[in-house]
Amino acid sequence: MLNYSWLIFIPPLAALLLNLFFGRRYGPRVASFLGAAAVGLSFLVAVAIFFGLRALPMEERSVEVLLWDWIHIGQFRPDFALLIDPLSVLMALVVTGVGFLIHVYAVEYMKQDDEHHALDVRRYVRFFVYVNFFIIAMLILVLGNNLVMLYVGWEGVGLASYLLIGFWFHRPAARDAGNKAFIVNRIGDFGLALAIMLIFRQLMLAGAGEQAGSLAFYAIFDVIESNPAALMGIAVAASLLLLLAATGKSAQIPLWVWLPDAMEGPTPVSALIHAATMVTAGVYMVVRMSPLFELATVAGSNVMLVVAWVGGLTALMGATIALTKTDLKRILAYSTVSQLGFMFLAVGVGSYVAGMFHLTTHAFFKACLFLGAGAVMHALHGELDINKMGGLKEKMRSTYWTFLIAAAALAGFPLTAGFFSKDAVLVADFEAGQYLLYAVGLFTALLTAIYAFKMVFVVFWGQPRDRKLFEHAHEQPRLMTWPLWILAFLAIFGGLLNLPFVSSLEHWIEPIYHMGPVGAAPHPSVALEIILLTLSALTALVGIYLAYYFYVKNPGVTDRLRERMALLHRVAANGYYFDATYDAIRRGLWATARFFADVVDQGGIDAAVNGVARGAGWLGERTRRVQTGLVGSYALTMFVGLVILLAYFLVSSVLN
Amino acid sequence: MINLTSLPILSVITLLPLLGMALVLLLRGEKAMKSAALLASLLTFVVSLALWFGWQTGEAGMQFMESMPWAPELGIHYTVGVDGISMPLVLLTTLLLPLVLLFSWDTVRDKQKTYLALMLLLETAMIGVFVALDLVLFFVFFEASLIPMYFLIGRWGGPRRVYAALKFFIFTAFGSAFLLAGILALGYLYQQQTGVWSFNVLDMVGLGLPANVQTVLFFAFLLAFAIKVPLFPFHTWLPDAHVEAPTGGSVILAGILLKMGTYGFVRFSLPLFPEPSQRFAPLLAILAIVGILYGALVALAQKDVKKLVAYSSVAHLGFVTLGIFALQQESLSGAVLQMVNHGLSTGALFLLVGFLYERRHTRQLDDFGGLWKLMPIYAGFALITFMSSAGLPGLNGFVGEFTILVGAMKSNILFAVLGTLGIILAAWYLLWAFAKIFQGPNANSANASLKDLNLREVVIMVPLVILFIVIGLYPNLFLSKINPSTQLVVDQLSNPSAITQHYQAQMVSAVELVER
Repeated sequence: MLNYSWLIFIPPLAALLLNLFFGRRYGPRVASFLGAAAVGLSFLVAVAIFFGLRALPMEERSVEVLLWDWIHIGQFRPDFALLIDPLSVLMALVVTGVGFLIHVYAVEYMKQDDEHHALDVRRYVRFFVYVNFFIIAMLILVLGNNLVMLYVGWEGVGLASYLLIGFWFHRPAARDAGNKAFIVNRIGDFGLALAIMLIFRQLMLAGAGEQAGSLAFYAIFDVIESNPAALMGIAVAASLLLLLAATGKSAQIPLWVWLPDAMEGPTPVSALIHAATMVTAGVYMVVRMSPLFELATVAGSNVMLVVAWVGGLTALMGATIALTKTDLKRILAYSTVSQLGFMFLAVGVGSYVAGMFHLTTHAFFKACLFLGAGAVMHALHGELDINKMGGLKEKMRSTYWTFLIAAAALAGFPLTAGFFSKDAVLVADFEAGQYLLYAVGLFTALLTAIYAFKMVFVVFWGQPRDRKLFEHAHEQPRLMTWPLWILAFLAIFGGLLNLPFVSSLEHWIEPIYHMGPVGAAPHPSVALEIILLTLSALTALVGIYLAYYFYVKNPGVTDRLRERMALLHRVAANGYYFDATYDAIRRGLWATARFFADVVDQGGIDAAVNGVARGAGWLGERTRRVQTGLVGSYALTMFVGLVILLAYFLVSSVLN
Repeated sequence: MINLTSLPILSVITLLPLLGMALVLLLRGEKAMKSAALLASLLTFVVSLALWFGWQTGEAGMQFMESMPWAPELGIHYTVGVDGISMPLVLLTTLLLPLVLLFSWDTVRDKQKTYLALMLLLETAMIGVFVALDLVLFFVFFEASLIPMYFLIGRWGGPRRVYAALKFFIFTAFGSAFLLAGILALGYLYQQQTGVWSFNVLDMVGLGLPANVQTVLFFAFLLAFAIKVPLFPFHTWLPDAHVEAPTGGSVILAGILLKMGTYGFVRFSLPLFPEPSQRFAPLLAILAIVGILYGALVALAQKDVKKLVAYSSVAHLGFVTLGIFALQQESLSGAVLQMVNHGLSTGALFLLVGFLYERRHTRQLDDFGGLWKLMPIYAGFALITFMSSAGLPGLNGFVGEFTILVGAMKSNILFAVLGTLGIILAAWYLLWAFAKIFQGPNANSANASLKDLNLREVVIMVPLVILFIVIGLYPNLFLSKINPSTQLVVDQLSNPSAITQHYQAQMVSAVELVER
């Protein structure tokens, strides 16, 4: 049955093609229905795949499905093939499940354009074409059985992201944000491409044979397992290159700069691509390629720890920046950067389960937060500055409650999904003996709780800060609030996936580790786990109280705090000057390009060429008589010369 | 069932456009001439499909061979044949020509008869280049392709057309002089060694010339091909030629003429001069990489779209050259495929620029903005073409570039690292151009009345886009035909005698063909 797994691609592909060619003919209602229903169908297929896989004995839970032979040259033989294993199925479920809810929400949300007029049919249909394309690319990314297919999906989702960030392409900000996302991601892709080639080169040098030439994940892992020395030499370089790729797609240091700008896209896009699914691709990839990362660690350089530190620092910096922002979507964007950092924090100490667990719960609560932000934005005519909001609690009850629940999950409020997954991450670091990373994580969790409830308090509580906007505010239609409720439900109960001591997710994902030379960390003692759990809970509660203290009880105190820490605030508010640095590099490259074009190319090389020509011309002055000045006659002369030359050889050879 | 291989298909393909030209010259009436030219090129394309469908996949050597004596005392024969390296290029040529003629349908109004005749003459010359197995025959076609292009630029081009055409002509003819000298020397050396004259490339392979002689000849051939490609630093004729050439001329120039250089590397340089090919491969790979990065950087600074595309060609052909001189099978097959890909993608890019130029008579990026809203169909085609050119996986350009880089990685890690940098820059200049033309506000009121693509223009683009996707998703369709021949070329570098036997067996049958 798993051989039919490719069916998961068919509904979005069909909807995409139908909408692309006939969308304008049958109009927005049918187009949006097709677009959303297709992803729902894909989700059902994913569920079927899940049960199909679960029916297999644990050690057989990796099934490869060959679709067609793809690029075969010499030893290089990647195919278009799927890998159905617990990890890929988990990702497929998240992508299609959360994706479906967001599609449903978008049916209503996208009826308005960026200036709150009715969106024209062509663009409305185009939106669904793009998001369906995204789903297809994302499924290729997570279901591909080899590195090259991963790359196809990787750049495919990048294209979707580019198109959707720039969806309001007439706005220069949206246009520039789309370009930035694509180009910054290409820097990451550079790492991925090189890593793939490097692995291939080394496999061939080691004589790993045709199987390995397919670059299929399991074929590579087989080599790592049976002959660790084969890839030992490049393991460090390759995993660092993969990490570079992951920092691009998953917005980590140093390539995170595109994600905040990506908020120029419509809000469902921010929820789907830039929070719940695409940006987690880096985490997925590191987990997928974990045997290589572990091999690099065995080889002597602790690349895993680099991963963890990249994650830890990004988490901390993202959270501090989020605290300084007042744009609702930007806060959520930096929060996403920070939460993705948490995932790497887990993955980097070898706790793939905690990483994937947090990835899953984050998809629920962050999608819910973004969609809630979209509802607020619609209610307030596109206003995103939280300092113009306030008091929306009464007017938008569904939005308020779901936002509150999701914010609680983000803050790690006890017993929500986010509480369990974040705790799992922190426990993993503590267990691995990385106490400093644990402290960074715990402190970040505190900051997270503060900014999460800052949003709740400032947006929904208190008095409206802008009367006129407030008067207009209204709750959104049901098609938009239902997905919110479902996601809020998941934000609470999603923790059931992997409760401490039950660990169902862990049992599900476990089979994929048989490959790696380093085993998963042993379980901590019950007492320690309870202590750490309590500490996590306390951190969240303290953070929430601080938010209450700062933003409800003593609203003025934040100003004084900001003055006291002016330098720190300025650095964080400017995103630690990463953007400024990149901008300088970009300008430098432009200047270099212009220098090459004007000075080197025109002034140097071309001038030299023309100089030679002029020199010849000067010589020609002396033999002016044969020059007619007509280029055609030059051509003729050449041809005649050619004929004479040929004739000479002909005659002389015949005479000989 | 007709046995396709027994028909003189290659001669038919080569000569059909010439017949079309004769017809065009005889006919009067605009419509009749245009129809005749289009039909002739379409017929040529249809006949050339026989190569595809009659192909013996797995055969590494020449297929559809024909041979007739021309100047037999000198060993000069009309010998033609195609293998997995040249066949795709022949098909690329026969495909692009009808598209170009369709583009010119309404857009060339001046001296139509001559224009059409020159285009068809050019087609014959280009096909001839790819099918010729006799060096003299090759040279005749190689030179013959110059003349129509010279007139196409010089007569139908932009304001500086005379300068550009002259530069194009003299630059390339300069290289050709060395090529001719090299060819004649090879024939002479062959005669010295064997006592008989021959200019057949299959005979020349495995001649076992001394290394220093090989080196001299290698550079003579190289100069001609490097200018044609163009390889950095011989590239400055290209932007001028492209900017001044009419759209049809640009499509042909970038799509096909440039490939004569890279094709020459594969067909002649590697097999005939294996020793210097290997010795100087790193040098050429470095020049290719410089071309990739330099072309991309300079493209970034351009304000004229056509110039931008022209410099992108320098970068793309750099990839092809890198693939060839990485001397790995992966990259060589990738390079052959990438020649086709570049022909399709850059051909499409020039067509797109042409569509816009016909409407607005400007190509300056600053004159545009926000066209997506005004011309959504055009924008859609442009998007997929730009992505194909940027090497987006799933489309054709990726397969070529990636396999080239895989091969480069096998031969030298640094080559791959530097080459891969080129794909970042490619995304940059392409997206930059795309953003300037299609995104942002519509800043120019002159654009407000722009009409979207008409049916004729859509018909031109559709086959190209279909091929982007087909090659991207199922490249094995092509690679399975290309691989055996590239394998032979790579094997021959290390073991010249193997290929000699292979080709000589073929020559025997060619001789039988002559006798029949």
